[in-house]
Amino acid sequence: MVAEQRFWVARHAGKLTSTLSRRLGRGEGAVIGGRVALALDPGALRRLARERRIALVSGTNGKTTTSHLLAAVLRTLGPVAHNATGANMPDGALAALADAPDAQLAVLEVDELHVATVAGAVDPRVVVLGNLSRDQLDRGNEVRAVAAALAQALRHHPDTWVVANADDPMVVWAARAAARTVWVSAGSGWSGDTAGCPRCGEPLRLTLGRAWGCRCGLVRPRPQWSVRREDCALTDDEGLSVPLSLHLPGAFNLGNAALALVAGAVLGADPLVAAAGLANVSNVGDRYRKVRRGRHELRLLMAKNPAGWAETLPLLEPDASLLLVINAREADGRDTSWLWDVPFEQLTSRPGVATDVVAAGERAHDLGLRLDYGHVRHTTVTDPVDALACLPPGKVEVVANYTAFRTLARRLATEHT
Amino acid sequence: MSAPTAADLAIAVLLPDVLGTYSDAGNAVVLAERARRRGVSTQLLTVTLADAPPHGADVYVLGGGEDAALPAAARWLLRHRMRDALAEARAVLAVCAGFQLLGSTITDLAGRVVQGLEVLDADTAPGRERAVGEVVASATVATIGELTGFENHRGHTTLGPAVQPLAVPTRGTGNGTQQHGRPSEGALSGAIVATYLHGPVLARNPSLADHLLALATGLDQPPLDLPDQEPLRRAYLETSPHARGRRWRPIGRNRSRRRG
Repeated sequence: MVAEQRFWVARHAGKLTSTLSRRLGRGEGAVIGGRVALALDPGALRRLARERRIALVSGTNGKTTTSHLLAAVLRTLGPVAHNATGANMPDGALAALADAPDAQLAVLEVDELHVATVAGAVDPRVVVLGNLSRDQLDRGNEVRAVAAALAQALRHHPDTWVVANADDPMVVWAARAAARTVWVSAGSGWSGDTAGCPRCGEPLRLTLGRAWGCRCGLVRPRPQWSVRREDCALTDDEGLSVPLSLHLPGAFNLGNAALALVAGAVLGADPLVAAAGLANVSNVGDRYRKVRRGRHELRLLMAKNPAGWAETLPLLEPDASLLLVINAREADGRDTSWLWDVPFEQLTSRPGVATDVVAAGERAHDLGLRLDYGHVRHTTVTDPVDALACLPPGKVEVVANYTAFRTLARRLATEHT
Repeated sequence: MSAPTAADLAIAVLLPDVLGTYSDAGNAVVLAERARRRGVSTQLLTVTLADAPPHGADVYVLGGGEDAALPAAARWLLRHRMRDALAEARAVLAVCAGFQLLGSTITDLAGRVVQGLEVLDADTAPGRERAVGEVVASATVATIGELTGFENHRGHTTLGPAVQPLAVPTRGTGNGTQQHGRPSEGALSGAIVATYLHGPVLARNPSLADHLLALATGLDQPPLDLPDQEPLRRAYLETSPHARGRRWRPIGRNRSRRRG
């Protein structure tokens, strides 16, 4: 009885704090509300998860997008609890469940370092793993250590299905620990962190198509599902073909959609029915959002690490100017060295004029120097909103890393021209 | 990978596939571009675990890697007898794991010992906790001046008594050991410059890049105009809590509540 009362108090105190935080304009409130509830009752997450069918979405890049796509898929079955704002720590997961007490289904985006904690509390039916690459190294998390911790977490959940990208060697190394796996060939655009085998460190061999393998025996598993990029479809090994009609750009989002449909299928959502709903997802927590501001038409893109930037640079429209924004706060990783692994040299082949690239953000000069050495002509203006004034009228592609993106999106929503 | 050509300066990046975790290959880009702007033609050679190395490159650059990758890198360096190539090079820059690999031994957390190349009299063993954060250090060579960089390592490196440190850290950990009664960062030994600093270190510290280029070419290195360089240097030197007399707190301790 005491436990139940504590749970009730924790949940309501959490909700009250969220509301207060929102009203005070301090953010979405999910994190602080969840934190208050967890502080008052450490078992709150477990209680809130009881009797629900829960999917966790983790990995390095595309977690938020994949979780939005999966939520759209599961809504074909009923109401869904979802930490849609990207609050992907245990407190954010708790807030999402507390906000939707009647939803039998839940999609929880989970930071890759917190999968063990969240999975331990909510005992998920499904865990989705899209990709693993370098991110925020200053937190002492080299990608192999992250993969090893994920593998350890998955071993504790023998009844959980792991929907995993067979094309990412680091994901495969982590997911092989799971008892039940569905392999999806979701594609992989970045091999910068897996040139050496995740298991033994020797060079990985790339063979025909998307196949890869190592002498030590770690090889790409045979996928049950595959993304067919030529005609934007998801196919299974029995000949089923599901059209992937998306409003989100890029081959990597086809992969994210495929993982979402397969995870949905594990929870009982017919992929052929659910696929129709994917086209309704057009912006994901402001990512891909288009904003008209004065004489500029902006498109907001988020890229946080070398893999994310490598996927994003090819999406940039050739006739748009570019506003690139870099911060290095704690949530971004304090070390800006990673900018040197982004292939910014690609931008030199753009037809634009010399003034059409601006380096901005709290670390504008780190980025500017990198662009200098990459022969990308640019101007450097720390404030991204001021930086817009340097750009000619028309389309602007805005690419920003995590906190830079969130700060700028908020400013664009509240500040007037 | 191809053999060095008739370019004035052949720069080889060794094992970026396993020693590329901390983006130190950018150091080679900085060297090549600074040389090119001064009219020296360069060739960048990328040498991976799957390749055989060139032995005639003028400059060799090694970077930091994941802890797990160190033994594979050490095996490759020893198998290809890189000790001789590095001893004969005009300039060598070795960062973090690359620095450790040039030493005699590297001991891991489990007590296993990996043999290094013994180009430097230096031994590495794990420190009590990982050193993560900004470093400011005064170089022991006056023309190099103040160095800044980002360190991220567990290893503490002890230099032999005859080895000169690259710098004395005033903020951050560096080697994590003392040399002649003062904290030390990196090592300087003939043509070899070793350091724990990322950034990449040569992008952050053009004077160190030019020190290496002077070694490699024997030429004076007149200043270059890179408009972002000065504001960047100022920012890293001024935001140093040390400069304001505050004690530096390692960044890695806190956990942000929300990650991207």
